[in-house]
This record gives sequence, C-alpha cells and structure tokens, in this order.
Amino acid sequence: MAVFPAHPRTVYFFGTCLMDMIYPDAGMAAIRMLQREGIRVVFPPEQSCCGQPAYNSGFPEEARAVARRQLRAFSKNYPIVVPSGSCAGMLKHHYPHLFDGQPESRDVQWFSSRVFEFSEFLVRVLRIRLTDLGPPVRVTWHGSCHGRREMGVTEDSKSLIRQLKRVELTEIEREYECCGFGGTFAVKQPAISTAMVQDKVEDIRKTGASRVISGDCGCLMNITGAMEAQGIAITGQHLADFLWERTNG
Amino acid sequence: MAEPIVHDFHAEVEKALANRQLRANFRFAMGNMIEKRKALFSDPVELEALRAAGQAIRQRALSRLPELLDQLEANCTRNGIQVHWAETSEEANQEVLAILKSHGATRTVKGKSMVSEEMHLNAFLARHGIEAMETDFGEFIIQLTCETPSHIIVPAIHKNRDQIARVFQQKIPGTPYTEKVEELNAVARKTLRTKFFQGEVGLSGVNMAVAETGTLCLVENEGNGRMCTTVPPVHIAVMGIEKVVEKLADVPPILRLLTGSATGQLITTYFNMITSPRREGEKDGPREVHLIILDNGRSRILADPELRQTLLCIRCGTCLNHCPVYVRIGGHAYGHVYPGPIGKILAPQMEGLDKAGVLATASSLCGACGEVCPVRIPIPDLIRRLRNEIVAADDSGAVAGAGGKRDLAETLVWKGWELANLSPALNRLGTRLASAMGQRLPRVGPIKQWTRARRPPVVARRSLHERVRREGGKDE
Repeated sequence: MAVFPAHPRTVYFFGTCLMDMIYPDAGMAAIRMLQREGIRVVFPPEQSCCGQPAYNSGFPEEARAVARRQLRAFSKNYPIVVPSGSCAGMLKHHYPHLFDGQPESRDVQWFSSRVFEFSEFLVRVLRIRLTDLGPPVRVTWHGSCHGRREMGVTEDSKSLIRQLKRVELTEIEREYECCGFGGTFAVKQPAISTAMVQDKVEDIRKTGASRVISGDCGCLMNITGAMEAQGIAITGQHLADFLWERTNG
Repeated sequence: MAEPIVHDFHAEVEKALANRQLRANFRFAMGNMIEKRKALFSDPVELEALRAAGQAIRQRALSRLPELLDQLEANCTRNGIQVHWAETSEEANQEVLAILKSHGATRTVKGKSMVSEEMHLNAFLARHGIEAMETDFGEFIIQLTCETPSHIIVPAIHKNRDQIARVFQQKIPGTPYTEKVEELNAVARKTLRTKFFQGEVGLSGVNMAVAETGTLCLVENEGNGRMCTTVPPVHIAVMGIEKVVEKLADVPPILRLLTGSATGQLITTYFNMITSPRREGEKDGPREVHLIILDNGRSRILADPELRQTLLCIRCGTCLNHCPVYVRIGGHAYGHVYPGPIGKILAPQMEGLDKAGVLATASSLCGACGEVCPVRIPIPDLIRRLRNEIVAADDSGAVAGAGGKRDLAETLVWKGWELANLSPALNRLGTRLASAMGQRLPRVGPIKQWTRARRPPVVARRSLHERVRREGGKDE
C-alpha cells in the first residue's frame, strides 16, 4: 500500500531515458505542471536510466550498477515523480528485489517508498483540478502494462483526461492487452512484437480517436512508430504533454 | 527417452503468425475463456482470498513434499492402490508397459493427461503394438489428425467448428459433414462407447492426490474420465510428484480455483475421487488401480527456493488464455508439451536452457499471467530469473544447459550501456551523438528489427537534461 504524503513543497523528477532522448517536450510539460501547482521540482543532472533494460535481459549486475547511481542522485527525502508506469514499477517494486541481500538493501526500501508515477502523484497527492482550455477532441488511452499491473495507476491517468471538459475519451477494446513493446522483447522477438503492435493499432483506429494518449514513452514510441509506418494519421502523445497543452491556454 | 526435439522457434512463430485462421480461432476462443473466468470471479475480494489460500496450500505441500509423498504411498497402498515411482519419462513408460503386459492388454482407453504427453506415452505404446485411445473430446479430435495438444485444458482449441467437422468427415468412415455440436458429439460418443467396453486398461492423469487419505482426484466435464477409471478392469493413473496436497480440506479451494480459472465453471460436471479398486461386494470399478508418480526433472526445480514456485502450478491454463503472445502464436509454435507462460518457465527447466531457453525470451513481461495465476506464481519474475540463468557464465547453476547461449556481443552491449549510464560525460556524449544522427540511425541490429514494422524513433535535438539546464528546473 502506498502512503501518500501531504502536499510536498519539493519533489524530485526522474526524467527516464526514453523521455530524455525521444520525448523531452513531455518531460518539460510534466515539470511545468508540477511547478504550476507551486512545487519546486529538482532534476538531478546525474540521473540516467532506471536499469530495467538490463534487469529484464539477464544482466542484473549491470542493472545494479546503474541503479546505484540513481540511489545516489535521488538521495534526499523528497518524493520521486516518474512520468512512466514502467520505470516507476522498476524503481518501486523491482529495486527491492534487485538489491535483495546487498548492503544498500535498507536504503533501497526507503528510496522505493518515495516513488510515485506522474498521474498517481497529480491525483492522489496533489488532488489536482484541471481546467480545459482546448478545442473539442476525441482521444483514446493506452495504459502501459506496468502502469496497470505494477503501479495500479490506470484509473488515475484516465481520471485526469476525464477532468477535461471538451475531451471525449473513447476506450479501446482490450485495453488490458500489451502493445508489444516490452523493451528488448521488441527486437528479440520482432515477429511477435510486430503482430502485437499491429493489432493494438487496429484497436486504436476503431475508436475513431484522432489522438492516442499514453503515460509511457516506450508504448508511445512503439505505437506511433507502427502507425506512421502504416500511414495512419493518429498522433500519439504523452499524458503530461497532452495535459499541459490542454490547460496552459 | 524422448527424441531430442529439433525445433526452430522463430520459424514456427512466423508460420503461426501468417495463419489468419489460426489467429482468429485463438483470439475468439481465448476471449471467451477470459470473459467466463471474469464472470465467475466477479468479486475481487473473494478472488484474492481464494488465491491466497490456494497459494498457501500449494506452498505447504511443496515445503513437505517428500514426507507427503511417503504418506500418500502408505495410504494408497493401505487402500489397495499400487504405487510405482519413476524418475524419468522412460521409467514411467516402462512401468505402464509392465502392467499392461502382465494383463496381456493391447487396448487402452485414456482420459486427458498432460503428464502422459510429457512421457510421449501414446507413441511409446504404439511402438509396442498397444492402442491408446484418447477419449476426451478435444484429445479425440487431435488424435485423428495426429497433432499434439495446443492448449493444456482445451487441446483442440486451435480448430474451429467447421475444421472439426471436416476432420470427422474425412477420418471417421461414414460420417457426413455436420457443424452441429450435438451431432459431432454423438459421432464421438458412438465411436468411444465401443472403445470403452473393449478397453482392457484405463489410463488417466491426476489433478490432486490427497496424502492423508490416499485419494486421487480427477476433474473433467465429459464423463469420459469416469468411464476410463471405472469400466476397464485395470486403471493406471500417472501424476507428477508435485500434484500431492496434504489433506482433504485442501481440495475444495484448489478445485474452485482450478475450474474457475480454467473454464469459468463453479464446478465441473464430473469430479472423481478414487480411493481404492473395487472392494468386496461392490458392483463396479476396476479390480486393480495403479498410481505412477513421475519426477522428470521436478526435484531439481524443487531444490531452488525461487524456481520452486514453478511447481505450485495446478495446470488450469488460465495464463495461456490471458497471454498476448500465446493468443497470437497458439500452442504448437512453442514446440514443447507445455506452451504459454507456464511453458516458458517449465520447459526450459525440464528440458534444459540450451534446448528451450528461447521460450524465456518470448515474453514482453506484461504481467498478465502473474495477475491471473490462481496460486500466484510470479511467472514474470521467474522468466526474468531464467534469462539470468541463460547468460550465466557456465553450466553450474540451478538450471541445466546454462551458459551455452552466452553471447559476447550482447554482453559487450550491456557493459557499454552500463558505462554510458554511469558517467554523466559519456551519457551526454551518447545523447548528443544520437541527436546529431536524429532519424538517420543506421538500420542494423536492433534498429533493423524495430523498423520491420515501425518508423525508427526520432532522437530529439536537445535532451531533457539539456532542456532543464537551459530552461529551468532546479538541480541541487
């Protein structure tokens, strides 16, 4: 059970490696949103990747070395806000396992207890109220598997979209099903991954939405990459980017 | 010994994915099974309480396994059930053969049993001139087409109704083409009825064996299991060592979880509890009951405290139904007796990482299997553990056949990844290089696989690190 702190004055922002390289706009949007709520956002420059790619590929030593770096970078007693259900799941639920029996084990418990997924933090900690300033639009939502099953934040994310008065959220059939990204899975089992993402794109297309919103850059990169290859004119957007665009005037 | 299986997983996957009919059949059938389970387990609080109970019962059984197996043997023997032990599939097959020979039997009828699939029992018996007639409707169908089960609960689920109608028309003389389920059932029933009465020995699996009473529990829907275990004069049951539970009171929760997870049923049409052969004065039942208890690599799995959780499995098949990989490639592409998520952790441990380790890579780690497992096997965690074992330096670990797949190139890639993520300077250099290349990333290796169906990712001109430095956000 997560314990949600009262409205904190300062938070850490964990940028995630994919957001850092591919979706920095979404990262800036998330930071701006937090700042608009009167929160000081600390972005430790020495942060890098949560370590999940190596952790899932059979290289726990390498994952641990990189994870140690994050433990040092986020060492003060601030909540750590993570704009990805998957990276948040790694930091919150897999770090304790990764460091089981290691000298840092106890620090890791404390570190993990401070981790919040972005929409979870907005909804449960900040109880944010959003005012929609954008034109009418129909969107659909794709939640990541780890956001759903490890972090349990799917409803938080969707509730933020539902706060926007002129946004119609059309849910996708089989919303629970994986889009086929799975990190290195996409390149180790490309045929299966391709079949999965093509089915997901088809389900998205059926909603009639002009945009697909997701809380995870991995899913987004996978889904938009496949949609563009197929010439489908639906855009993909990270939740933070979308919320900022709708509420910033 | 089973022949070494030469199986090209990637080729089988491509073949399965290209088969539109197969994919439609699985999508339709799995969707149904998911809905049925959801309807039965509609109360999440009750479901979690049940799962906790199921996990505890199975953990307790595994923690005392040797003792419980001894107790099971003693109680079965006292009840008149003859117990035989087999370390390998070959030994188990020989045990079956010896019993058949002692009765001069050449015709057997068989209820559904995954352990017998593990033993490749039908092929073994055929080599000795003995007929093993499958009597479960699904097994009956795939026996006609010489296929293996594509699902551990619904073995012919890869076929739709008209495909089954065509099989019956072609393989059973005098059968007209019909898609009516009742008529297809009637054809099978008529064929099997004769076989039941001719069968000299009935073969079955075991869903649970109760140590305190020496009772074999058999779950089924068609009544064929009851026929196999009561009509022929001899009944032989085969089970894996992990199938034992401590006491009778453990049966109801496991049964509830099994039928609910497997088919969304509150209880199956038949539930058989076999505690002895026919007793003095009884009018039916077999004269002899044998129980063959098979190890086949399970002891080695039991020895590792983490991997041991694999043996909690009650073979409900719900992880297959919920798996986004299984629903697309079907059961045959896996090339092993147990497909789907449970197969991804069981096959590499039973057959060795060198032979079946590739299955552990066929997961996006989406977690759907772990979410629904009735005994809470952390399947994604165990897949990850096997991935660690695959790249282990040598074959001294917990799982056989490790080390063979150690790939120098991949090891170097991860070393490089580690360094790039440890040094801020290297990290900065890496992102700058990538953004300079932007969309012109060379289409080799992973990028080549990625772009089979996707546009390559566009690296931003300025990383988030750089944007924060220029546009604000605090660092301290």
